[in-house]
Amino acid sequence: MQIIPISIFDGMPKTSQLNTDATALRTLEGLPVGESARILALNVEGDLSKRFSALGLRPGNWVRVLRSANLGGPMHLRIGTTELILRRHEARSVSLAP
Amino acid sequence: MKRVALLGMPNTGKSTLFNRLTGAHSKVGNWPGLTVELLSAKLLVGDQMVQLVDLPGIYDMHGFSDDEKVVTTFLETQTTDLLVVLLNTSQLDRQLNFVHQVVQQNIPVLLVMNMVDEAQKLGIHVDAKGLVEQLGVPVCLLSAKYGQGMEQLLPAMRKVLSATSPRPSFTVDANQVEKAFGQCISVPSQASHALTESLDRILLHPWFGLPIFFAVMLLVFQGVFAIGKPLQDATAWVLTEGRTVLLEPLMATWPTVLQGLLLDGLYNGLSTVASFVPLIVLFFVFMGIVEDTGYLSRAAYLMDALMSRFGLDGRSFVMLLMGFGCNVPALMGTRVIRSKGLRYLTMLVIPFSLCSARMQVFVFFIAALFTASQAPWVLLSLYLMSLLMAMLTSVLFKNRYVNNDAFILEMPPYRFPTLRQIVLRGWQEVHHYLHRASRFIVIGVLLVWVLTNFPVGVHAGSIDSWAGQMGQFMAPVLSPLGISAELTIALIFGFVAKEIVIGSLAVIYAQEGQMLVDTITHHLNWIQAYSFMLFVLIYTPCVSTIATIRNETKSLWFTTLSVGWPLCVAWCVSFIFYETAMYFV
Repeated sequence: MQIIPISIFDGMPKTSQLNTDATALRTLEGLPVGESARILALNVEGDLSKRFSALGLRPGNWVRVLRSANLGGPMHLRIGTTELILRRHEARSVSLAP
Repeated sequence: MKRVALLGMPNTGKSTLFNRLTGAHSKVGNWPGLTVELLSAKLLVGDQMVQLVDLPGIYDMHGFSDDEKVVTTFLETQTTDLLVVLLNTSQLDRQLNFVHQVVQQNIPVLLVMNMVDEAQKLGIHVDAKGLVEQLGVPVCLLSAKYGQGMEQLLPAMRKVLSATSPRPSFTVDANQVEKAFGQCISVPSQASHALTESLDRILLHPWFGLPIFFAVMLLVFQGVFAIGKPLQDATAWVLTEGRTVLLEPLMATWPTVLQGLLLDGLYNGLSTVASFVPLIVLFFVFMGIVEDTGYLSRAAYLMDALMSRFGLDGRSFVMLLMGFGCNVPALMGTRVIRSKGLRYLTMLVIPFSLCSARMQVFVFFIAALFTASQAPWVLLSLYLMSLLMAMLTSVLFKNRYVNNDAFILEMPPYRFPTLRQIVLRGWQEVHHYLHRASRFIVIGVLLVWVLTNFPVGVHAGSIDSWAGQMGQFMAPVLSPLGISAELTIALIFGFVAKEIVIGSLAVIYAQEGQMLVDTITHHLNWIQAYSFMLFVLIYTPCVSTIATIRNETKSLWFTTLSVGWPLCVAWCVSFIFYETAMYFV
């Protein structure tokens, strides 16, 4: 029997693993290395979203994945001229425009 | 005296500008209503003396983090005549909201666009005049690191400070700020640091990144030794000569007790400690270079996956590394961590970092009992042990102190530290180190002398002296670790500060320099010495560390835990090592 890994986070399927047409649910976690996308919304609480936006992670901005670390380590991102590292867990709460 | 406060987001070069303005003449002080100490200095602006205060770097004026509360409390309780707001010129887009929040404060503002050197390299152009017109606040473009444009800063500050009428009520809304920056700043669409990109391809490589990082750290420690050891020997030689050539003839006619107190107590103790200053300077300089280049953020990136398995994160690892210099600033540095659980866990593991004070003890014992070719490996084993103990503690306590903080960190471009930065930093660190340590050391070595030379008539440091009695009292606990009565006394004093350990041995054996080394070699074998080093490595670093933990957590229970737990671990590890090694050898 073949087991198909499906991870469910907050009831949302991860687009990289589930090939659905629910592109509105695309999150930063699934954005492949080298690709860019526009940020649609941040699903984090108030104080954290202030910090995110002070570092450039805010709706409307374009984000690019420069690389991501082995063993589930953080992602290295660029937004404009700012470079950041962000854990995948947090990247999951950044939704991207289709 | 008028007061000027320096404000900005983290990584905008605030401390560089502060140092550039004040040189090395700053002091750390307490402020009413604030739980943390702030750096301040007097500065001559035009013809008036002002007080310049360095506020913590924050991301938001309305946030709720500790640092943000410090800033808002400071601005509410202290009259501030001018806010100098630092911005990173090459990343203005994300700082607009902050600028808007700052100009809304009812305090005169001067915008300083720092790091113009980097912005120019990226092809970013700033129309300062246009900004001044549209925002109604003065603007300076400069590079605090290279000094470019610095000449406009003091006159601009003077102009605001000497303005007789209050600032014209100039209200700008967020859209105006955005419009002003949009019109006056042009950023090329493909702006990136080419050198940083190519370096990151190698240094953040998925497989080679970590090995390179460990190689770099090994190189730092090797470098400190290769350069530092000869310097240390030279200093020790000068100090010993000073005693025999100058002080002994000078004091020949003085009462014996006074001679003993000053020469065997104070001078021997202090000079033994002083001979380690070159090593410490070098360590801080090397670590400073690693930090200033921006490599530490890369270390956080590389280590985060591993650290998360121990319940920590990349920042905790960087703080652990900083702890290799001194645990106290590392503990204070954990303020950037917002999750209480993660912050406490990090504070629990930092005291295991092998700090420069403990390094003194190890260098001394290693030099005495191991060959030159063994020495670096013995020291490396202690560094690994230090990390191992930190990770073990973290695993055991991670379910009690749970991390619920987001991990997001800025990755600055690689920068070359200037010679000025390196020298200034080395000087400041040593200054603070000596300032912190000198009182402890003087009191400590004097106390050791008194305890080893009294009651009157005993042979100095013998079993009959007060210290000897203390050592004997502790013997049932420490002799299973191979730790003798003399070393026990040193351990007791080492509880105050590790800087005293070697100094106190100098007093206990009434010898210094090479003579002391020979005595130690004669009295100990390598197993006893290594067991002693393990104990010194793991048990409480110093009273300052305990005080800092108490200060930062305001929790007596946590402070007790952070003293008691390492003490138990130290005993167990030394016991296991000593008994096992004695069985096989």
